[in-house]
Amino acid sequence: MWSGTVSGVQIVVHSHSEGDWTVLTVAGELDVVGAPDLRQSVMDAVKTGRHRLVLDLSGVDFIDSFGLGVLVGALKRVRLLDGDLMVIVPEPRVRRVLEVCDLDRVFTIHRSLADAMATLS
Amino acid sequence: MEIEFRPGQLVLEIPARTEFVSLVRVVVAAAAELEPDLEHDRIDDLRVAVSEATTNAIEAHGLSGSLDRIRIQCNLADDEISVVVHDEGVGFDPASVPDLPEPESPDRLEHESGLGVHLMQMLADESEITSSEDGTDVTLVVYSSKRRRRSSST
Repeated sequence: MWSGTVSGVQIVVHSHSEGDWTVLTVAGELDVVGAPDLRQSVMDAVKTGRHRLVLDLSGVDFIDSFGLGVLVGALKRVRLLDGDLMVIVPEPRVRRVLEVCDLDRVFTIHRSLADAMATLS
Repeated sequence: MEIEFRPGQLVLEIPARTEFVSLVRVVVAAAAELEPDLEHDRIDDLRVAVSEATTNAIEAHGLSGSLDRIRIQCNLADDEISVVVHDEGVGFDPASVPDLPEPESPDRLEHESGLGVHLMQMLADESEITSSEDGTDVTLVVYSSKRRRRSSST
């Protein structure tokens, strides 16, 4: 038998601009622990008038329903403000979770930030 | 957290705290790796399903104020791995989980939560939720590739 303790794993979110768009680059696991931090980052961006968001999940290797909930909430918020949202998902295992919930038909998903930006030019 | 190994079985007991969910995923995935005929993408499916079940169990304990531990039991068989997540929190009626609207429906964006049960059902080969006011058992079964081939040919 093994006994021990563990500390929570957090995510890291960085923000930068690409033209009219604000890119939130996310690294970590989007689960019950990590997802609330991304929700807060989205709310902070929207509150400061940035309604065209790219969520770059290139550094995310795990997502569950909590992460999906944050993505759905983000899309709902920016649409209410006539904004838009793109999601970058290169990792097949993350993409599969979105596909299982048919969210690949709800979101505009790209495999890289360069692909996403190319669609705007 | 406590981990107990027995032949063909691994049992974890965790405090009902969310910071333990990621560790449960790691340990269950490591147990699944012992099954040589289980493909990596199926182990990824199991990780997500177990994450959902464990998080739900922790939330159920939070709602009931229970300080008991959550129990996660992995049973390794020749052609499948089954995981039972047991909690003693407030139960729920699985039938009360609303169906998801079509992706094209504007109402789809009203469903920020409630995707967990759907994910468990879609990602596991078998899933069962048994719930009462005394607690909930979620059973998730993922087949080996050999068994999936056998199932699809019958």
